[in-house]
Amino acid sequence: MAVRLTDRQESIELRKVYCQTMLKMAEEDKRIVALDCDLVSPIGMTEFQKTYPERTIDCGIMEGNMAGVAAGMSARGCIPFAHTFSCFQSRKCLDQLFLSAGFAELNVKLIGSDPGIMALYNGASHMGLEDMGILKNIPNLTLVEPCDAVQLEAVLKEVKGTYGLHYIRLNRKNARTIYDSSTEFKVGKGMVLREGKDVTLIGSGIMVEQVLEAAKLLEAEGIQAAVVDMFTWKPLDEDLVVACAKNTGAIVTAENHRIETGLGSAAANVLSETLPVPLGRIGVGNVYGEVGVLPYLLERFEMTPADIVKKAKETIARKG
Amino acid sequence: MDKKRVKELEIFAARIRLETFKELACLGFGHVGGAMSIGDVLAVLYGEVMNVDPADKNWEERDYFVLSKGHAGPALYATLALKGFFPMEMLKTLNQNGTKLPSHCSRVHTPGVDLTTGSLGQGISTAVGAALASRILGGKNYAYCIVGDGECDEGQIWEGALLAAHQKLDNLILFVDANGKQLDGNVADICALGDIGEKFRAFQWHTQEVDGHDVEAVADAAADAKAQKGRPSVIILNTVKGKGCELSEKAEFNHHMMFPDAEANQKEITRMEQVIEAMTAEWRAM
Repeated sequence: MAVRLTDRQESIELRKVYCQTMLKMAEEDKRIVALDCDLVSPIGMTEFQKTYPERTIDCGIMEGNMAGVAAGMSARGCIPFAHTFSCFQSRKCLDQLFLSAGFAELNVKLIGSDPGIMALYNGASHMGLEDMGILKNIPNLTLVEPCDAVQLEAVLKEVKGTYGLHYIRLNRKNARTIYDSSTEFKVGKGMVLREGKDVTLIGSGIMVEQVLEAAKLLEAEGIQAAVVDMFTWKPLDEDLVVACAKNTGAIVTAENHRIETGLGSAAANVLSETLPVPLGRIGVGNVYGEVGVLPYLLERFEMTPADIVKKAKETIARKG
Repeated sequence: MDKKRVKELEIFAARIRLETFKELACLGFGHVGGAMSIGDVLAVLYGEVMNVDPADKNWEERDYFVLSKGHAGPALYATLALKGFFPMEMLKTLNQNGTKLPSHCSRVHTPGVDLTTGSLGQGISTAVGAALASRILGGKNYAYCIVGDGECDEGQIWEGALLAAHQKLDNLILFVDANGKQLDGNVADICALGDIGEKFRAFQWHTQEVDGHDVEAVADAAADAKAQKGRPSVIILNTVKGKGCELSEKAEFNHHMMFPDAEANQKEITRMEQVIEAMTAEWRAM
């Protein structure tokens, strides 16, 4: 059964949700601390810093050190939420996260903002197009990418209450609200947003809105597309991927990430070992990012609803 | 410090070295140089300075210890076994298949190990984190950390040093095992560090330099560091790589050595045991 989506036409800045949820959690639990690398203001945590100055550690510009400090804080009993841009959280911190936090089995929560093309005007240097692919090499790391305010708040609370190493890939800017506020989530379980029999469109983060729009366009052409929000990339909801393959016979993944190490590749791994069906993959290829506004970047990297529709038709055509 | 107490710590250090060498000799190889050079500081920390309880390794009020130069793990394992964190017999399992005593320190595997290390430079950050968390949670815990001088090549050491000073972490005490050597040779020849103490002073740390094989001097420096308010402390330990084990102390390159000669190993073990016996006799006569 598909979950009920909201009919509210609203767009909420996710960094505000992050800060407000952190404030609530910190009030209830003295172990909550926020760490950052000179990006307290961009991630919208100024109010948290003012409310809990002693529990906000702005490390300065030293991401690898922050990762280790967060690990050490966890060892002494704090629950650290450490933020930096997704590109730095992954490319700069892999070794520290792998050893000091991951292999050490500590309770560290990582926030990686400006995922993929959401770096916009910061361009290629700041586009974390491979953050999930890099970090998924840490065996006990959970990777999640919420798409809206409702899901982000739920994920933050669940992650806070679950011991272990978590990476939350966070679009800090505005996101259209997708879910009804009563929706329940479980990290590791994908969300079926729409039923369909011809193809399944699987996305997460900013791509959820794109695949929902693509499904509408396909419907107008008589193609029934199922839609899944695969907000947990690791551990992947393999049962759901296989069920989608069984139900619709074709799958299209859409990710704001490099395809080679991302969601599309993860889906390919599962399908090739279980139920091979035609798979089409939308996302960034073997190229670097560039500066631009979101509509331009979506077009530039062929990630628009129209691109997804085209990919869906090609994929359906490959069915046996 | 009372002379008898000093002798006790010296005996503890000698026993740490003996058990460390036995671990490595049993295996046939290992990072002997940097393990032997920290025998005295480990004896002071676990014998005199740190609050730890072998019966309750997760005791919330314990002090935290990070061996950032994780390859010296065998020396820490010897210390922990002698303190009673796990049976002495376990020392024979160093690096054996399925062991709880891996080459580099792992908090998940070894009772009494607080943080995981092995990639140089990382331990200072976790020690800073433990000290910060203790302050935030209202604890009285100190965080102690040992880094190598060669390890100070790593930029992360200086990131951690900068943050610790900014956060005024007076519950963080760092030791630099300045044995002057790293894997490829002399620190001065590979990427000269210059005056390490001056560097830490420039980073606003309370800085002391002592003979790292003088347990009384190390203990006094640690007491002085604990009394500091509003800034972290570093104690530069001038040490000899391979100290106290003739096979390693005499070798020019002793970062990692092979110990294939069972007879020579036994000879060295006997010699080290005789040193301990002589020290114990002195202690009894005090």
